[in-house]
Amino acid sequence: MLAATVRVTRDLDAAQESVQDAYVAALQAWSRDGVPQRPGAWLTTVARRNALNAMARRRTLRAKLPLLLEPEAGEMDEPRDVDEIPDDRLRLVFTCCHPALSQEAQVALTLRLVCGVATADIAHVFLVSEPTMAARITRAKRKIAAAGIPYAVPGPDDLPERLDAVLTVLHLLSATGHAAPTGESLVRADLADRALDLARMLHALVPSEPEASGLLALLLVHHARRATRTDAEGRLALLEDQDRSAWDQAAIGEADALIVGALRDASAGRFTLQAAIAALHAQAPSYDETDWPQILALYDELLRVWPAPVVALNRVVAVAMVEGPETGLAEVEQLEEEGALAGYRYLPSTKADLLRRLGRHEEAADAYREALALTENAAERAFLRHRLGGS
Amino acid sequence: MPQYAVLIYERVAPDDLPAEVMQAHMALPGRIAEAGGRTLAGLALSEPSTATSIRGGLLTDGPFVETKEVLGGIFMIEARDLDHALELAKMTPIVEGGVEVRPLIGFEVLEES
Repeated sequence: MLAATVRVTRDLDAAQESVQDAYVAALQAWSRDGVPQRPGAWLTTVARRNALNAMARRRTLRAKLPLLLEPEAGEMDEPRDVDEIPDDRLRLVFTCCHPALSQEAQVALTLRLVCGVATADIAHVFLVSEPTMAARITRAKRKIAAAGIPYAVPGPDDLPERLDAVLTVLHLLSATGHAAPTGESLVRADLADRALDLARMLHALVPSEPEASGLLALLLVHHARRATRTDAEGRLALLEDQDRSAWDQAAIGEADALIVGALRDASAGRFTLQAAIAALHAQAPSYDETDWPQILALYDELLRVWPAPVVALNRVVAVAMVEGPETGLAEVEQLEEEGALAGYRYLPSTKADLLRRLGRHEEAADAYREALALTENAAERAFLRHRLGGS
Repeated sequence: MPQYAVLIYERVAPDDLPAEVMQAHMALPGRIAEAGGRTLAGLALSEPSTATSIRGGLLTDGPFVETKEVLGGIFMIEARDLDHALELAKMTPIVEGGVEVRPLIGFEVLEES
């Protein structure tokens, strides 16, 4: 409903006010006349009408001055409305994820406006104070208004790039949900669930875009395996030790179908390829039966379309499984030298594991210590300490 | 239509710009018009070594902020929205550097009274 009203007002705050007024009007009217047959549509109509009236009043003022935005204190969470016009939700997502906004602004806005998450909760997940997060959201809304970021789905020329930005935000939300960088436990279920819901919505809204299918598939695979990421005591469980019978096979099956469909496209994009890799892991009956050569081939392709250092590092794990830890180690050391992953905790932890497998225990211990220094998550720290104790 | 400033940051000095780049700058307003925008005005700045800065009453020889990519010029355009402004700004010929697109609160040329 917020999305439908924004289309009328082209102004996120005016839209939120109109929506709230509509709810107040609803409470009054419905207690008097009873609930209408399609409450969603009633609310949308009233909200839009409020918005149009408000716009008429404010037209000259807005033309001259930058938008004055009101603080969010006391705002209620809007329940999602099944009668929402899908097109408007799509416009809202693309607006929130516009590349003219910083990525952290994109993430915060998407959570606040598309998912309706309270500012305090967003602040908590991203480990900043509530005033800081509120200011970030306000600045982003101000930029949208002042710079004239259009409330629109991008045209066909811009769509692939813009869609990639949206998918990146959703992936980030999901990754954050699955592994909050600090704090006691590895899993933040509600954030990951919201990301999955959004991925479903996006896929339903742009069914002809293979990357949207790819992202949904990727999140489904992560979702399928979430029960086993940590054991009963909240300790990190390695892929090789996880109880595969606890994985959600229905979700994996759904992901598989999506990936097959997306791979029919001439050149698979990075989300589709990541999904394919994740699915190969998920479909192996046991760790030992994992199809590492196929995974390596997918990583080669992924690195080609997405030449990021993090991808190169993840590929090394596959290299080590196919060509041996010695070759893997050489590649890790090469990445280390290039310096792009300085401060990234999984570089020393990967190096440590390879050194350990090669029996070079003192060097492995040094690398584990280096990884520990970079890790704040309690579950990951406990795992690294355990390795340090053993090697 | 909304108005934007496009700030041109260029490492190459104006005197050293190749002829094709100069021609492209001259042709820019026409290209912008063809793309549905409008160029309102343009400022070509003399190179930063010719600048004098004043901070707290004290004079310094040179620009306010020393940067490798120097502010070479500013032009003002009208565009439908930010996406349109960015599309137009990308047409700016740049040898080494880039552009900044900033919305205008106002643009006025004062007439002599």
